[in-house]
Amino acid sequence: MLRVNTILLIVLVLSALGVVTAQHRARKLFQDVEAEQERARQLDVEFGQLQLEMSTWATHPRIEQIARERLRMRQPDAFGRVIEPATAPAASRGGRR
Amino acid sequence: MVVRRRGRAAHRFAESPVLQLALQGWRSRLVGLVLMGAFALLAGRGFYLQIVDTDFLRGKGESRYLRDIEVSASRGRIVDRNGDLLAVSTPMKSIWAIPADARQMGPEQKRRLAALLDVPPRDMEQRLAGDKTFAFLKRQVPPDVADQVSALKLPGVHQEKEYRRYYPAGDMTAHMVGFTGVDDRGLEGVELAFQKSLEGRAGSRSVIKDRRGHIVEDVGALKPPRDGKDVRLALDSKIQYLAYSHLKAAVAEHKARAGGAIVLDARSGEVLALVNLPTYNPNNREHLSGAQLRNRALTDTFEPGSIMKPFTAALALERGKVRFDTVIDCAPGRMTIGSATISDAHPHGPLTVAQVIQKSSNVGTAKLAFNFSPREMWEMYDAVGFGQQPQLGFPGEVSGRLRPWKNWRPIEQATMSYGHGISVSLIQIARAYTVFARDGDLVPLSLLRLDEPPAKGVQVFSPETAREIRAMLEMAVQPEGTAPKARVVGYRVGGKTGTAYKIENGAYARKYVSSFVGVAPLSDPRLVVAVMIDEPTAGGHYGGDVAGPAFSGITAGALRTLGIKPDLPLQVAQQDRAAGGGHL
Repeated sequence: MLRVNTILLIVLVLSALGVVTAQHRARKLFQDVEAEQERARQLDVEFGQLQLEMSTWATHPRIEQIARERLRMRQPDAFGRVIEPATAPAASRGGRR
Repeated sequence: MVVRRRGRAAHRFAESPVLQLALQGWRSRLVGLVLMGAFALLAGRGFYLQIVDTDFLRGKGESRYLRDIEVSASRGRIVDRNGDLLAVSTPMKSIWAIPADARQMGPEQKRRLAALLDVPPRDMEQRLAGDKTFAFLKRQVPPDVADQVSALKLPGVHQEKEYRRYYPAGDMTAHMVGFTGVDDRGLEGVELAFQKSLEGRAGSRSVIKDRRGHIVEDVGALKPPRDGKDVRLALDSKIQYLAYSHLKAAVAEHKARAGGAIVLDARSGEVLALVNLPTYNPNNREHLSGAQLRNRALTDTFEPGSIMKPFTAALALERGKVRFDTVIDCAPGRMTIGSATISDAHPHGPLTVAQVIQKSSNVGTAKLAFNFSPREMWEMYDAVGFGQQPQLGFPGEVSGRLRPWKNWRPIEQATMSYGHGISVSLIQIARAYTVFARDGDLVPLSLLRLDEPPAKGVQVFSPETAREIRAMLEMAVQPEGTAPKARVVGYRVGGKTGTAYKIENGAYARKYVSSFVGVAPLSDPRLVVAVMIDEPTAGGHYGGDVAGPAFSGITAGALRTLGIKPDLPLQVAQQDRAAGGGHL
């Protein structure tokens, strides 16, 4: 009888310790998940800001200004343009665009 | 004596009179009962708290470690048809303070805080004065600055997350996109019209926090945040930019008060561009005036003038009253109806119906109008959408003014046939022209990008009539027409000029609204472009001279942007170039 009780006691203590460790590890993992989620949010915010920055740099007035003034480009007139039908296979003739 | 007494006491122990006194039984029972009762009470209370009223203790316990956190949701973005950003929210911080606590800051700390927030120290001092319990120090502070502020670890200074809306396209799309207030709710434009779907709904989660404030565990149900949905407009930001820059140039050149331009996709009814001038920068809305905020193309009506004439001609063709080349005598350029006289800007002789439109003869159009009853005309105007809201769902869109046909006098019927005595908004007239660009049917307009073009609309005119009107519109941009400056090199375009007097205090003033509405390319119409210039004061006032070149510029750019193949041989362009007309 006493042997059985001792064994049961040892099993009980072990399982109690197991519960504690499992709980601890669960919390650790949970914290990791939290941290990663926070990072995801941060990256999302940063992505939004970069997107905003990109679209600010790429506004049409700015592109046109740089093209005209810094790169000294000009718009081709009707003679300098070849418009190919959208359905034609690309670069079939290597025509000017 | 003591000894003796002790001896005696021991000796006579059993005979002690005190011990011999019989205790009354009820006393011990009472004590026992009271003790039992107290135990029962405790047990009952324990039972009650643990089993019956579990929430109380649990609530008390949870309040010591459980926290509800709000999970914020962001507002949806607004993008153009190609996905270019038009409006986006980005998180900001607002810095606020509890003045009583914040006053403990040292002068050095205060100075650094003021410098970081870029507010005058005296201003900040004022906000912290008084016995308020809450004061904003600055709102919409960039996150990196907010981090620097929190690094200072100032007493009584706190932060709150908020959002700020940015509009990368700025003043170009201001009227279309609109803007939001500080609380991130739409106040104007698409921001207001699509508030419901743009708006995000914050969620919440309950968590267990440890002593150091770290989240340890999620408990209970999570209410997920719902981010606002993105809105994809039909707008093409490149065409919008073209419309904006050409309209701006035209308004500046003619020193006009205001202007508007609309580009519609004739096949789908999508609004590809919508510009108003004057405009404003939605990113910085200090010093805004009502004139800047007005979305004229949708909310202002004007008497359209001659751009209405093709509708009268179309009705006459449709009813078989005249043919394309029926001759109408427009001499001597005047016509008296009752006590009033209408006249042409330039007197003409006999003109065919097509020439009436090409040369924009008021007399000719009025004569066409007298072929039918007021009711027939009213029904046609009604069918193309005049006098009705365009149903875009845009805040403040107007229906214009189309009076009931029952009290039209003959002179009114005549003037209405060439666009006076009726008022429309620019979007209405642009939409009505899609009837000519299509095969005579009217489709609903759409602010949002459509995945597939709508099915056939409501038939107003026969395809044959629409084709004939397109031919007339093409004649109007020929050298003999009213708007040779509206031509586009390489493309067949057509359109109609309008030069209307403005009404001031109930009488026509010597102020004009110059307009041009056109269709391109005519061999397979894709675009309807409408341009309106309000009160041009320099460089002429005729629609062909003022609005025509802007139309040409916008259309040339839009056709190129959409990659539409030229439908005019280049020899014609060469001749045009030699003649110096048209827009490349």
